[in-house]
Amino acid sequence: MLGEGILKGLGETARNFVGSYVSAERLTTIQYPEERIAPIEATRDFPFLVYDGADWEAGLRCVACQICEKECPPKCIYIVKSTDKKPDALGKLQIYPVRFDIDISVCMSCQICVEVCPFEAIKMDTQFELSTTDRFGGLLYDRKELAKSNEYYHSIHPIEAKKVDAHLAEEKMKADAKAGAAAAAAAAKAAAAPVVAKPAVPATPAAAPAGATQRAEGEKQG
Amino acid sequence: MKTVEEIKAAIEAAVPGAGVEIVSNPSVSAQHSLRLKPGCAVAVATFLRDDGDLSLDYLSNATGVDWPDKEVAEKVKVTHTVTKTVDGREQQVEETVEETRKRVVPGCIEAVYHLYSVAKGHGPVVIRMKTANRRTQVELPSLTPVWRSAEFQEREIFDLFGIVFTGHPDLRRLLMWVEFKDHPMRRDYREPDDFEYEPTAHDEVLKRAGEHRSREQGHGNRE
Amino acid sequence: MAVAENKTEKPEGWNRPPVMKPDGEGELLEVAMGPHHPSTHGVFRMDVALDGERVIRLKPVFGYLHRNHEKIAEGINYLGSMPFTDRLDYMCPLTNNWAYALAVEKLTGQAVPERAEYLRVILGELTRIVNHASSIGFLIQEMGASGTPLMYAFKEREKILDLFEELTGARMMCNYMRFGGCRVDATPAWLDAVRKVLAGLPRFADEFENLLRGNEILMARTQGVGILRPELAVNAGVTGPMLRASGINYDIRKVDGYGLYNRFKFRVPLGEHWDVYDRFMIRLLEMRESFGILEQALKDIPGGPVMDSKAKLRGFRPKPGEAYGRIEAPKGELGFYLISDGGPNPYRYRIRPPSLINLTVLEDMCLGNNVADVVLIFGSVDIVLGEVDR
Repeated sequence: MLGEGILKGLGETARNFVGSYVSAERLTTIQYPEERIAPIEATRDFPFLVYDGADWEAGLRCVACQICEKECPPKCIYIVKSTDKKPDALGKLQIYPVRFDIDISVCMSCQICVEVCPFEAIKMDTQFELSTTDRFGGLLYDRKELAKSNEYYHSIHPIEAKKVDAHLAEEKMKADAKAGAAAAAAAAKAAAAPVVAKPAVPATPAAAPAGATQRAEGEKQG
Repeated sequence: MKTVEEIKAAIEAAVPGAGVEIVSNPSVSAQHSLRLKPGCAVAVATFLRDDGDLSLDYLSNATGVDWPDKEVAEKVKVTHTVTKTVDGREQQVEETVEETRKRVVPGCIEAVYHLYSVAKGHGPVVIRMKTANRRTQVELPSLTPVWRSAEFQEREIFDLFGIVFTGHPDLRRLLMWVEFKDHPMRRDYREPDDFEYEPTAHDEVLKRAGEHRSREQGHGNRE
Repeated sequence: MAVAENKTEKPEGWNRPPVMKPDGEGELLEVAMGPHHPSTHGVFRMDVALDGERVIRLKPVFGYLHRNHEKIAEGINYLGSMPFTDRLDYMCPLTNNWAYALAVEKLTGQAVPERAEYLRVILGELTRIVNHASSIGFLIQEMGASGTPLMYAFKEREKILDLFEELTGARMMCNYMRFGGCRVDATPAWLDAVRKVLAGLPRFADEFENLLRGNEILMARTQGVGILRPELAVNAGVTGPMLRASGINYDIRKVDGYGLYNRFKFRVPLGEHWDVYDRFMIRLLEMRESFGILEQALKDIPGGPVMDSKAKLRGFRPKPGEAYGRIEAPKGELGFYLISDGGPNPYRYRIRPPSLINLTVLEDMCLGNNVADVVLIFGSVDIVLGEVDR
């Protein structure tokens, strides 16, 4: 019968129309911005810098190794290394970024900076409502705007952040153990040969965090 | 499927004087290729398509590769006759000196074609041709009459690499606009420097745009 | 196969579009359809010459979205190009990732763990469903049924994109695959979510078919329109559902058996009438085959790592050589041709875009048809401009 197919199709539409009042599965839209979807763990938008402790400037994990700057496909990261060292959140002397800019109008949220960072210092944010009236300055984020606390990181990516914390704690334990062993060896040496009285030089490189050796490797490869 | 050596033998039996050369591929993929002489490329291509055993009826991919002129530094031993004072007397002495000479190996542009067989389900067979040089003699025969799928791809090669395909039914630029002069995929292509303000704080782009602007103001004209 | 036979008897220029002559008097009407035409899927232009309603010449014009992706890729390292491949065919980012990863793995001989291969198959088939559903939706929309079928398709697409976001972090710009595996592992919860979505998909396909397949208007508009002869389709390098709608049994999943496709049972639907309706039906049927592949993959997926232990993320320098790797992307054969000179950047990086090459025969299919059918035939090719212009 001519028109049978059309009627069948219309029946389908009617079923969906009525169904959308009854079944939640058929009604798939939500009223943004009044309603929002539940946050998804893996969501990524733009990068931010993680800091430990209360002071963002002192606690930045970033040591300005510039790996992310080199690997960034659209080249939206700009870093200036410090010439001096400052103690980080754990009290170790580290080079730090004097300037760390990300141009989020150029950034394409690819997450490669996060993957290549050996220090767990840069992570992906879930903020996406970033429109401003200033097209250039307003979208060029500096160190201060990028710094977010580790607690914030835990609040947006809970599972991933826990893994990262465990990983960092393990690294620290290893470094501490190494430093302890080196110090003990130096002390034993000093006790055995008190006349020489060498300063415990070998202890210093071993005491550097495990990341430092990774960084050296990274520079060789890059 | 036949190996490249067998295909080479088959081509040479069918097309006399084809002079096919095997280009070996050192990578794991082992997709070796056959270099054709541009003169008999169309005859060879027709044979590859119509031969019962090969029946490479499907040209999948056609592309260009730019190999720029290379400057090769060579050490050459040169013998000079020099006048020297030996034992208080001036004498003609032969002296051998090692000199570094620079020689330019002319580059070329290559067209690479990947062939498959839909009828037999085998492939790829890679064929390639190269131009005599990069500037003046850039003609190659078009394979579009043999495989229609080369039509847009050869236009793209013409556009981006500058190979002129003789026998192509409709050779125009594909992606760039008609008035565009250069060939962007060549290795020595220079990007234009008349950018508008680019919001990357760190880029050389800004510097170059500034230079461009000051040049323009000096000349008093805008392009 | 009949295609390979009698080729030498073909007259000169058999694979060229015929030259059409206007049959009436009066002037030809030259129309530029696009670049801002609602049916052109982006910025694409067709310069059409009309004799009354009849198309007698059609020249596609490209390049409005050209950004020279190949040149960009030659200036950055191998890994850096991966997020750019997402932006080629932005409806199916994961198959683009896969094709690029496959080509690099061919170049370096990098092995891929089994679990990663399974994940790739799952994601690839989900991508195929997304693409085919929305491409049918768009086709029907271009016929004048604005909205309803497209929204049906998009409702399902959204569920699958949510799955992508949960696994890869992004709905469309996934950047998920790596040379030697995948970036992150799928959790059991994610696999369960896929099973749940998959369970609802056959019902969606039924509804979609009920809505469209028997529709008299659709049949009147599409049957016998835009015929593409099989021998021309092969010669013009047409691939994907377009080629199979012309009756040629050529599916790279079967021919190359890349990934683990040899392990899965699926059929390849073929067209008989070579017209727009066949292309529409082939996509519907391929979607149903994808459900079957997904079921098998979700049943058999093994445990284990998702990245090969020898795979390198940074400092990646393949040995000199070249490789061409290709996959059956939803739109056709997507290939990557790479030449390495041993450096960190590819010396040559070439994409074989299925969308561009499928457009080669657009003029042949449109000649002699009415101008309203051009929109339809063009829609049945299923292109994405991000890939055509690169």
